[in-house]
Amino acid sequence: MRLKFTVNGRQAEADDVWEGESLLYVLRERLGLPGSKNACEQGECGSCTVRLDGVAACACLVAAGQVQDREVDTVEGLAGEDELDAVQRAFVDAGAVQCGFCTPGLLVAADDLLERCPSPSDSEIRESLAGNLCRCTGYEKIMDAVRLAADRRAEEARS
Amino acid sequence: MDFLRPTHWRDALDAKAHHPDATPIAGGTDVMVEINFGRRRPSTLLDLTGVPELTDWSLDDGRLRIGAGVPYARLIDELGDRLPGLAIASRTVGSPQIRNRGTLGGNLASASPAGDGHPPLLASDAEVEVQSLRGTRTVPVGEFFTGVKRHVLADDELIAAVHVAPATGAQQFSKIGTRNAMVIAVCTFAVALHPEQQRVGTGLGSAAPTPRPATEAAEFLAAELTDTDQWNRPRPLPESVVRRFGELVAATTAPIDDVRGTANYRTHAMAVMARRTLGWVWNEHRTGRQQCA
Ligand SMILES: Cc1cc2nc3c(=O)[nH]c(=O)nc-3n(C[C@H](O)[C@H](O)[C@H](O)COP(=O)(O)OP(=O)(O)OC[C@H]3O[C@@H](n4cnc5c(N)ncnc54)[C@H](O)[C@@H]3O)c2cc1C
Ligand code: FES
Ligand code: FES
Repeated sequence: MRLKFTVNGRQAEADDVWEGESLLYVLRERLGLPGSKNACEQGECGSCTVRLDGVAACACLVAAGQVQDREVDTVEGLAGEDELDAVQRAFVDAGAVQCGFCTPGLLVAADDLLERCPSPSDSEIRESLAGNLCRCTGYEKIMDAVRLAADRRAEEARS
Repeated sequence: MDFLRPTHWRDALDAKAHHPDATPIAGGTDVMVEINFGRRRPSTLLDLTGVPELTDWSLDDGRLRIGAGVPYARLIDELGDRLPGLAIASRTVGSPQIRNRGTLGGNLASASPAGDGHPPLLASDAEVEVQSLRGTRTVPVGEFFTGVKRHVLADDELIAAVHVAPATGAQQFSKIGTRNAMVIAVCTFAVALHPEQQRVGTGLGSAAPTPRPATEAAEFLAAELTDTDQWNRPRPLPESVVRRFGELVAATTAPIDDVRGTANYRTHAMAVMARRTLGWVWNEHRTGRQQCA
C-alpha cells in the first residue's frame, strides 16, 4: 500500500508498505527516522515510544495501515531548529544518558508526561516511565532529569 | 495482505461477514506481537480503530455500555469512579503505552486465562454484546470463554461492547506478578459487594483455563452477611468467616504449573488474595473509604 501520514508536522509518504509491518519499521527503514529504537518488538521496553494522535504508544505495536492519515510525533520532532528541547537538555545536564539506547523513548514519554502534568510527583514520574526500560542508569538520574525539565519548563513559562 | 479500514460500525460488520478469516485489530498490543514474531500471518487485517462507535461509552437504563474499543487509560480516567474494580485491574495492565492502546474488546477476544479485565467483569456480572450482520446477542462474561484463548465468537461476529452495572458497593482487585509494572499475572482475584442485592461477586484469573467466579465462596459470604444483618449494620468480620471465604475461593481453582508459578503456589496465593481483598472491601463497606494494596 501507499502510506500517507503526518510525521512531526510534515506530510510523509512511503510506497510498497506491507500493511502488517509496524509503524516502527516504517519510521526507521522507510522514512529514515531511526530515532525511535527497536529493541524488543513486543511493547516491553518502550524504546520505540512515539505519539500517535497525541497519545504515547509503542510504535512496534501499531500496524502501518493503522496510521494512514494520522499524526505521529517522534523524538526527532522534539528539538527546535538549533536548540534542544528542555527535556533533552535536562537529560544531558542531569547525566541521564549513558549508552543512550533507551533515551529517545524516555524523552518522548517524559515530554508526554510533562505536557499532561507539568509538575509531577516522584510517584507520578515513576508510574509514567514504568514502560521504558534502561539497562544503564539505574533510573535515579532519569528521575533527576525529569524533575529538572519540569522546573525549567515552569521557569520558561513564568518568564 | 488485505487491510480493511471501516469508518462505521455497520461497515466493520459487513467487512467481517465478507472476510470471515479477517483478524480484527484494535490496540494491536496482542495482535502485533504475534505478527512481529511471525506467529501469525493474517491474510486480512480488519482495523477497528477508525470506527468511532467502538470508542464511546454511555449509561442507559442504569447500566454502562462500554464500547469494545475503549482503552484502559480511559476506563481508568473516565469510569474509575463507577467501576472501581475494573479501574484497579486496568491500572495493573502493562505500562502507560499499553494502557493507552490496549482495549477491553481486545482483552476479551484474546481470551488469555491471564487477561486482567476478566475477573472484575465477572465479579460485576458483565455481559458481552456481540454483533454480526445477522443480529445482536449478549453473552454473560462467564459464558464468553470456552477454553484457553478460545471464546464463543463466530467467524462473522465482532464484540461491540460490554454491559455492566455501575458499582453500588466496594470493589477490589489483586494481582500477583514478579514486579509492579508490565507483568503477566501469576494469578488474580476480583471481588465486588452488591449490597442492594445482598450479593457478592467474585472473579478468578490465571487459576483455570478460563476466568471463573468462585460461586460457592460468594454465596457463603453473602449468606453469612445476610444472616448476621451485616449489610446494613457492618461490623468487623470474624476471622473464621474470612478464612472460610479464602478456603472456598482456593477450592475453585484448577491451576497448572507453568513458567510463572506452580499450581500449588497459585492455589495458596488465591486463598491469601481472597482474604486480603475481602478485608479491603469490607473495610470500605464499613468506613466508606477505599483502601489500596
Ligand atoms: C507489553 C505488554 C504488556 C501487557 N500486559 C498485560 C497485562 O498486564 N494484563 C493483560 O490483561 N494484558 C496485557 N497485555 C495484553 C494486551 O495488552 C491486552 O490483552 C489488551 O487488552 C489487548 O487489547 P488490544 O486492543 O490491543 O487488542 P488487539 O491486539 O488489537 O487484539 C487482540 C485480539 O482481539 C481481537 N479483537 C480486538 N477487538 C475485537 C473486537 N471488537 N471484536 C472481536 N475481536 C476483537 C483481535 O483479532 C485479537 O485476536 C500486554 C501486552 C503487552 C504487549
Ligand atoms: S521495541 Fe517497541 S517496546 Fe520495545
Ligand atoms: S542509558 Fe543505556 S539503556 Fe538507558
